[in-house]
Amino acid sequence: MTQPDIILKAEDIHKSFGHVEVLKGISLEAKNHDVISILGSSGSGKSTFLRCLNFLETPTSGKVTVHGEEILVKNGKPQNVRHIEEIRARLGMVFQQFNLWTHRTALENVMEGPIQVKRESKAEARDRAEALLNRVGLAERMQMYPSQLSGGQQQRVAIARALAMEPDAILFDEPTSALDPELVGEVLKVMQDLAAEGRTMIVVTHEMGFAREVSSEVVFLHEGRVAEQGPPDEMFTNPKTDEFRRFIAKVM
Amino acid sequence: MFELLSYGDAGWGDEILRGLAITVQLAIVTLPVGLLLGFLATFASMSKFLPLRSLGFGYTTIMRGLPEILTLFVVYNGVGLLMNAVLRWWAPDAPPTDFSPFAAGVVALGMVFGAFAGEVLRGAFQSLDNGQVESGRAIGMTDRQIFLRIQLPQLWRFALPGLGNLWINMLKDTALVSVIALDDLMRMTKVAVGVTKQPFTFYLLACLIYWAMCVLSELVLAKMEHRANRGILRA
Amino acid sequence: MNPVEILIQYWPRLFDGLLMTLQLTVLGALIAALVSPGFALIRVHASPMAQAPLRLYVSFMRGTPILAQLFLIFYGSGQFRPFLQDWGLWSFFRDPFNCALLAFALNSTAYQTEILRGGIMGVPRGEIEAAKAIGMSRIKSLYRVVFPHAYRIAWPALGNEVILLMKASALASVVTVFDVMGRTRQVFSKTFDFSVYLWAALIYLCITAIFVLLWRQAERRLSRHIYAPYKAQSTAQSLKETRA
Repeated sequence: MTQPDIILKAEDIHKSFGHVEVLKGISLEAKNHDVISILGSSGSGKSTFLRCLNFLETPTSGKVTVHGEEILVKNGKPQNVRHIEEIRARLGMVFQQFNLWTHRTALENVMEGPIQVKRESKAEARDRAEALLNRVGLAERMQMYPSQLSGGQQQRVAIARALAMEPDAILFDEPTSALDPELVGEVLKVMQDLAAEGRTMIVVTHEMGFAREVSSEVVFLHEGRVAEQGPPDEMFTNPKTDEFRRFIAKVM
Repeated sequence: MFELLSYGDAGWGDEILRGLAITVQLAIVTLPVGLLLGFLATFASMSKFLPLRSLGFGYTTIMRGLPEILTLFVVYNGVGLLMNAVLRWWAPDAPPTDFSPFAAGVVALGMVFGAFAGEVLRGAFQSLDNGQVESGRAIGMTDRQIFLRIQLPQLWRFALPGLGNLWINMLKDTALVSVIALDDLMRMTKVAVGVTKQPFTFYLLACLIYWAMCVLSELVLAKMEHRANRGILRA
Repeated sequence: MNPVEILIQYWPRLFDGLLMTLQLTVLGALIAALVSPGFALIRVHASPMAQAPLRLYVSFMRGTPILAQLFLIFYGSGQFRPFLQDWGLWSFFRDPFNCALLAFALNSTAYQTEILRGGIMGVPRGEIEAAKAIGMSRIKSLYRVVFPHAYRIAWPALGNEVILLMKASALASVVTVFDVMGRTRQVFSKTFDFSVYLWAALIYLCITAIFVLLWRQAERRLSRHIYAPYKAQSTAQSLKETRA
């Protein structure tokens, strides 16, 4: 594959809700095969930042470039709105609350994007959807509706749904926070496998184990700014800022 | 145009107001009748005695499935016939009497209201918190006391929105009695139209009056609901 | 005459009436069903200023008797006869069936709009976001995610509305449309036999009963994802798990 080395680039992202500035200029660069964990206490703006990357939240200003397509935002107005849907199709997203379409089966959830957005044939989409569900360990449950699946199973369907679009990178928004503790493992396992096969991932998470063992880079947000950033081993063994030190002490 | 609506001999203002008075009277007299029937239907449908339960279920189901105007005709003509049959049997020499349209209206609209109210009230009973009934039993209250002291006061809160809707529907349904020649707002409008040949003006006026009554009812009901929910929706 | 003789003698008329009642109800409900989704979207998404006319319309339709609405259209149009004749619309308004259908469609549109609005607002936000995140356009997510969901939510209320419309269609008899009610009054004025009213009641109840059955059947199809057979089992299981 001749993908450009830099898959996703966010430059100086600002976001305000009313008078409250939640993001005060955050930049991030994801190269091919990067697994970036974004950490931070609640209110640090980490989810908002992730949602700015695929414009579920429109930044107040900044620039997002995905695969060479760039979208510049000034005064809350994106300059070329038409590219937004393209960017979204290139970035997979996995939500905290799974957000599966409850009126469709697991299989239909996974097939929906390829058919409706990428205009693939039904047969092609079905083949890949079946293969993906098989891979996340749900071969037996493809015909079930979300209401018949456990939280962990639903989240694995959601991951398959994101993968079906063959995205350049996948955004994870606290993918295990809504799960019962005993179900967290099965989802983390799938994510670990994805990382091992070289997927580019950006993960907002509270799972310190994952951040430390799996990710190639950790970004720590504090009060809407990047407070510290680097390879996980270095950061966890030798935190440079007081904020990150306090954060680790609190969560570990 | 304003001459047409003025009060007195020249205009139709007084006739229409008189019609409005009949409409309001009809609705106000029907309300307690309908509520009573509604409570009876609820108790019947929650009874342990099967025939009574079937009766309650049959009444609410059938009445809700019939067009209101059909119910009105059935009551107006049917009860009239029945009355005269009874009268002939009782006093063969008495002249036949008429069932008054007003009474027919009250009975028919009351029966319709009662059927829907039965469902509303049953739903309200079922949404009452069962734990409160149990705690009443636990301190030794009788079923009667539990009903009067605990269930009834709270029933109001659950039933009010549904009953409010029924009131508004009934207010609008009173227009039907114009078809059996009761001089309500609708029929006085029709009389005015017949003389003035201004159907749109007068029917629009009638619509606006009904509309105003409904909007006013909604405002009052919203106030009542607010009061009924005191201390509940704090969270 | 006994009730059965009445039925034997007059059933062709009542049957004609039944067809007319069904026509009025089905056409009225269908016209409203075509218009209301657009209106409902306006009610959910448009600015308050843009919604104002629609809200006024809905409030008017809900706040006035259908009988008055029918008279306003049927008799009221007479006041504008020269004007309507110029536009070639007079033949439409002269026909009581057309006026009744128009009144019922306008009325049902108002109710269906509000019902659908509730349905659309009940669609989980997250599912709409998931559609966006996968790159669906707004329009596509409307008919792949929002409307399928909204109709599922609104389905029972829409069924009730159709029944209310069917019952309201009996008012057409007042402007000389010969539906079940119209035929019934005709027969009664001829025979003064009260039993014809009871037959009419039976016909209306049958229509309602059959409609309710069909509508529930459709609801079950629409709700496969909720009343799915495995659900009871899995909740029982998870209950066991949490107890353990």
